Amino acid sequence: MKHRRLLVLAGVIGAIALIASLSVAAASSNRPAHVQQAAAVAAPKVPNAAAIRKKYGGQKITFVGDSVGNGHVRDVALAKRFTKDTGIKVSVTPHPAASDAAYSQLARAFSSKSSSIDVAMIDVVWPGAFAPYLVDLKPKLGKQSKLHAAGIVANDTINGKLVAMPWFGDYGILYYRTDLLKKYGYKAPPKTWADLFKMAQKIQTGEQKSNPNFAGFVFQGNSYEGLTCNALEWIASAGGGHMIDNGKATINNAKAITILDAMRAQVGKTTPRGVTSYQEDQTEHAFDSGDAAFARNWPYQYGIGATAGSKVKGKFSVTTLPHGAAGKPVGTVGGWQLAVSKYSKHKDATIEFVRYMTSPAVEKFDAITNSNVPTITSVAKDPAVVKTNPYLKPAIASVARVTRPAKFLKTHYNEASKVIYQGINQILNGTPAKNVLPGVQSKLNQILKQK
Amino acid sequence: MSSVATPTPAPRRRGRRRRTKLQRRQTRLAWLLLIPALAVVAFVAIYPLAKTVYQSFTNQEFLAGITPTKWVGLDNYSLIWHDPAWKHAVILTLKFAVITVSFEFVLGLIIALVVNSKFKGRGVMRAVMLVPWAIPTVVAAQMWKWMLDDTFGVVNDLGVRAHVLSHSHAWISDPSTSLGAVAAVDIWKTTPFVALLLLAGLQVIPTDLYEAADVDGASKLQQFWRITLPLLKPAILVTLIFRTLDALRVFDVFYVFFGNRLDTQTMAIYIQSTIIGDGHVGLGAAASVFMFLIIALFVVIYVTFMRVNEE
Repeated sequence: MKHRRLLVLAGVIGAIALIASLSVAAASSNRPAHVQQAAAVAAPKVPNAAAIRKKYGGQKITFVGDSVGNGHVRDVALAKRFTKDTGIKVSVTPHPAASDAAYSQLARAFSSKSSSIDVAMIDVVWPGAFAPYLVDLKPKLGKQSKLHAAGIVANDTINGKLVAMPWFGDYGILYYRTDLLKKYGYKAPPKTWADLFKMAQKIQTGEQKSNPNFAGFVFQGNSYEGLTCNALEWIASAGGGHMIDNGKATINNAKAITILDAMRAQVGKTTPRGVTSYQEDQTEHAFDSGDAAFARNWPYQYGIGATAGSKVKGKFSVTTLPHGAAGKPVGTVGGWQLAVSKYSKHKDATIEFVRYMTSPAVEKFDAITNSNVPTITSVAKDPAVVKTNPYLKPAIASVARVTRPAKFLKTHYNEASKVIYQGINQILNGTPAKNVLPGVQSKLNQILKQK
Repeated sequence: MSSVATPTPAPRRRGRRRRTKLQRRQTRLAWLLLIPALAVVAFVAIYPLAKTVYQSFTNQEFLAGITPTKWVGLDNYSLIWHDPAWKHAVILTLKFAVITVSFEFVLGLIIALVVNSKFKGRGVMRAVMLVPWAIPTVVAAQMWKWMLDDTFGVVNDLGVRAHVLSHSHAWISDPSTSLGAVAAVDIWKTTPFVALLLLAGLQVIPTDLYEAADVDGASKLQQFWRITLPLLKPAILVTLIFRTLDALRVFDVFYVFFGNRLDTQTMAIYIQSTIIGDGHVGLGAAASVFMFLIIALFVVIYVTFMRVNEE
């Protein structure tokens, strides 16, 4: 008897714990319905499918793919199509949403020579660090790589080896609510950061009367790779350099201090106080639920906001990010490549998958359904693509691009970026920039000397 | 346990008697039976520890092929010793351990005393109190992170409605409340475990002691100080050791709450981010050795205290 009661109790506790776990898991995937619809346009056919099926049909490969926005939905749709056409089974695993965590995951797999990953998406700043673990794609995909923007191909070529294929590009842009700008008497989006803060304040004060959760401005302030990208835009657009210039850390300068302190002053004023833990998804949620007037994000957010069912559909537009008093607008270069692991047991089948994923047809599909920036120049100019993705218009796409200092840091990039984003996050959380930046600068110089 | 596992010595007499054949055979058998257990311990505990200590004297990198691994002596230890971030991590972890263990102990003891007394629905209470402990830490932490959120969190919503809070507060982002927030979640989650261990201790105290005390006219408070607490001491010590060690190597709650934030790095997060994020295995190993020593220090203190008490 006693045992049975104990068993029942254990069962009840277990059930409660399970329910709690499941509801947390469910909540995290509880995205608005319109987000799931994006893959409604059919994925393009695989060219030469019959020949591929004959050679590699039945093989199984694993793709570590996207997890931000609609990325995973797109990956699954494309993988399904590829499997259907070629008979190569692709299992898709989303990587961690924070890019530095995704880096660690791959580093673990490579250092243990694991064959569990065949193909992975890698950030534009990683080819240097991962090159020894990646297959040279030049023999098989060299021809296709010529379709892609030469700058990105050069970035993905290490010591003459094409270690990754460009997949989609990225640069930071400003999202703004056209309806609210009109409502509060503004004719154009802000040109400078000071304008943005002023407008954000006015709109926020007005909107909070009916929506207490409304914020003027949202961005990626969490202590992670995305903050390095955001901060690079702030500092470079204020004329404060690129954190590391000519192989020396330059982040500790008066212009950087001014702009970072200006941002710090906005935290909890025109931004939610919690913005210091926001990543891309939180930014997109805030803007697309109609809770923000301005947002800094990558182009992928455009597609989600413009889908039927979004609360801001038809009410927002994009432009270049604002600049500081003594600067010009810039956008941090982001973007993702596909790379094949040296430890893969099915390299040839995997390369066929990469060939498909980085083909013009797929890039066009991705640009139209997911508003990702095509890396293939002809696709980026395709009128159908430009029509759905206004950020590709020359006025916005020609913004000065700034790159994170990966080329000076090579294998130490991740470590240096951590020093940067931890320092900036500390500033946003309340520490004056002049107390933080000297330490960041000397640490960066230490890391630069390590090579 | 020990009487089964170790060779039984012959009854002690003055001077060593020559062992009989049977005894020798028994000793041999005992060692033979011990070999599997010793091998497992050597493999899962001694080997990794020794390897960590070895790595801490090298400049080994996580991704091989970047730099050739070589012996660097005490360089790693000196780097860690002089790193303000490590110092901060140690102090933060110690603060966290002191706060959480003391709250968990006091609350756990109160709960254990309550559910040890006789009342209707005691069985249900004992089960219900365990629910927080049954939820995986990462899940509980994520749940609390959302509940404490400054824009959609239920804690702020209720607080503002009840006029306890004047405005929504970013409990997790704000450095002045972040340690409190994470400690509260740990206390919420782990108090049931402490209560359970202490309850087990309470149940072995013979009831006739209390009956005798009642007859002698001792008040309930006197009974608690004179009977319950002294007899509970072994259980208390075990609980404190468990909890302190757990708190000192905390990783999950902090990682879910703050990720890679600098001012909220615990020792374990510092080590993880040094090895996996930065790729410095040698440096991280040196930090691990420091962490091992700090935890060992606490064990020594507790065990000495326990021994002093036994004598």
